[in-house]
Amino acid sequence: MRKPVFFNLTQIQLPVGAVTSITHRITGVLLAVGIPFGIYILDLSLQSPPSYARVIALFGYRSFKVVALVFIWALAHHLFAGVRHLLSDIDIGSRLQVARRSAWSVNIGGLAVALFAAGALF
Amino acid sequence: MKRAIAGLHPWLLQRVTAVYMLLFIVFLLAHFLLDPPQSYLAWHAWMRGPVVSIATFVFCVALLTHMWVGVRDVILDYVKPLAIRVAALTLFGLGLIGLGAWVIHILLFAHG
Repeated sequence: MRKPVFFNLTQIQLPVGAVTSITHRITGVLLAVGIPFGIYILDLSLQSPPSYARVIALFGYRSFKVVALVFIWALAHHLFAGVRHLLSDIDIGSRLQVARRSAWSVNIGGLAVALFAAGALF
Repeated sequence: MKRAIAGLHPWLLQRVTAVYMLLFIVFLLAHFLLDPPQSYLAWHAWMRGPVVSIATFVFCVALLTHMWVGVRDVILDYVKPLAIRVAALTLFGLGLIGLGAWVIHILLFAHG
């Protein structure tokens, strides 16, 4: 049996749970792309006092702060969506109303963390 | 029978690694909020402590495993031609092994 395929993007309904779900995937890919840079920064920070100072100096650049902010948002969203997933594994929040509310909480929670991080960074 | 449980292993790995990483991130966040390292020496000394370096190593193993399961799912969903799919999975797997080797180097070097 073939799976039905429906690709008319203007007509596809995207309820809040679907937004949380696809964003979980997108943020996962973003994090995977960011991890090698994170390991590089860990490496720099531990090598020597001058390289540690370079890591500190990185946080003075606006462009670096923007990238760090995107990474923090992606991590927060991915983490919250993951916890929501784990809870649904043990059958917490499966009812549609609760699931919608928790999906909103995840989406807003991720943005709230990003807002806090922006306050701390900029 | 094998078919019925085929997806269980990665499914479980994804969750076990997620829970460990969650705990580690809470621990890391608590440390950076309560007692942020003020200098290279403080940071280096903290990182080379036995508990922190082992916990960090386990975190990196969990992270790379979690990345493997997650990105593998993404590749399997979107890359359909077999040759490109195998090539993508192979390249990504080798990349993760490389990252693992790099992390081991960093953590061992911190002890040198």
